[in-house]
Amino acid sequence: MSRRISRRGFIGAGSAAAAGLLVSGCDGVLEPPSIRGLLDFGQLLSLHAQRLLLSAQPLAREFSAADISPDFPLNGTSMPNSFAYFQMMASQFASFRLTVDGLVRQPLSLSLEEIKALPARTQITLHSCDEGWSAIGQWTGVALSHLLQTAELMPNARYIVFHCLDQLERLPGRLGFYYESLDLFDALHPQTILAYGMNGAPLPVGHGAPLRLRVERQIGYKNAKYVTRIEAVDRLDHLGRGLGGFWEDRGYQWYAGL
Amino acid sequence: MAASEPSHVAAIEDAPPRREVIYRHALLVRLTHWINVLCLALLLMSGLQLFNYHPALYWGNYGYRGVPSVVSIGSEIDPASGAPVGVTRIAGARLVTTGVLGVSYDPERGMVRRAFPAWLTLPAEPSLALARDWHFLMAWLFVFNGAAYLLFGLASGHFRRDLAPAADQLRPRHVLADIWDHVRLRVPRGEAARRYNVLQKLAYLAVVFLLLPTMVLSGLTMSPAVTAALPGLLDLFGGRQSARTIHFLVANLLVLFVLVHVFEVFLAGAVNGMRSMITGRYAIKPEDGP
Repeated sequence: MSRRISRRGFIGAGSAAAAGLLVSGCDGVLEPPSIRGLLDFGQLLSLHAQRLLLSAQPLAREFSAADISPDFPLNGTSMPNSFAYFQMMASQFASFRLTVDGLVRQPLSLSLEEIKALPARTQITLHSCDEGWSAIGQWTGVALSHLLQTAELMPNARYIVFHCLDQLERLPGRLGFYYESLDLFDALHPQTILAYGMNGAPLPVGHGAPLRLRVERQIGYKNAKYVTRIEAVDRLDHLGRGLGGFWEDRGYQWYAGL
Repeated sequence: MAASEPSHVAAIEDAPPRREVIYRHALLVRLTHWINVLCLALLLMSGLQLFNYHPALYWGNYGYRGVPSVVSIGSEIDPASGAPVGVTRIAGARLVTTGVLGVSYDPERGMVRRAFPAWLTLPAEPSLALARDWHFLMAWLFVFNGAAYLLFGLASGHFRRDLAPAADQLRPRHVLADIWDHVRLRVPRGEAARRYNVLQKLAYLAVVFLLLPTMVLSGLTMSPAVTAALPGLLDLFGGRQSARTIHFLVANLLVLFVLVHVFEVFLAGAVNGMRSMITGRYAIKPEDGP
């Protein structure tokens, strides 16, 4: 089901990410550039070591229903603060549409009902926040690889960007909106899904209704909520502040497998 | 590089009654020792900064605010004065730790609520992203440094020769005598100072082969990518939060080890001990000397 990714492909993607990270670091506010370079080198080492460790594309552990944690903390936005979102919520997300575009041959625009009609995957997994807490939840959704196959990814597509409905910081344009990105190594993994169900019920608003990303081998902030548009791109530097995600633009690691 | 026996480097003739200098530490041991000092200091400080973002420890796979915690550091408002009070809870016991844990002084903002104080964390000001960068960079250096030390220790015979207790050291009477010497703060002299004492050897073995590997493995267990490839780690530690708790507790044991280690170095002679870990040369004090 998931397309096999060539080794060369992921090393290429990794190097591109690496170059991005190396260019990224020179904030100079908290650390002199030389130290920043060292820290970026550490990130690269982690990325490549973990890619090697995951080269057989193993699945993250899946738990049983009895293991689901009694609660699941909310982090980031708990309710997008826009009139358009309220309208959508009022219609039970009947007016919601997911766009899949960018470097694809067949751009898609899907309603929630259409997404729910696609082959579904349910997984019970451990969600680990970089703050230190973790929770176990059950997620039901469509594999991202299925959407990308349907949309026919172009060969020059290297990253998949997730644009979100929630604005975490009041800034002009889309600068304050949440977004995230994955390279194809994680985007095409069978457990990387766009979930519309949580713990057997429709995805709650606090957890990203109507659609959120689950990327089970990375830390919490990669799991973008309120996803409204999936864009295939060949580079990340033209989005946001150019570092591949809302938190990445604010100093966080683009690769968050640890 | 390493002599197979502690080699006789020089005997200072006019030092009464006879002060002998031996070559105690091979270059690689000295080098990896000091790199390790740097790594453990920065790992501890960045680790405490990471801890500050969720200052509670749990058992099992999940843990979050609301789940009973084994250890937690927080703050409360004193109803009488309205001032924040630092509160540390360990297995149900409530300790007021204002000034150090929970509430501490920050040179720029006065008394602030944070689990570990600014002077103990890297970076000093709250930054989860930077703390993660520092922690993982130092973890890499620690692993490479540790691997070099382990390979050298095996290949050179350092473990067998210097760290493995000799048969005579393992006799119960000898062990008891050594414990008694430690209690009385008596340091070995003469022939006995040529090798590590048995408690010292056991402490080093425990740190090298038990505590430090536990730190690496429990740290790796917190990585979702690592546990996807090696799910057995989750079972080994009893879950991700258990691994985090063990990571924290073993870090405390390492701090305890370092405190005792430094204390013993001072007891046995700080200058001599420091010189031996820098130049390799260690002076043996005579049995009945001053």
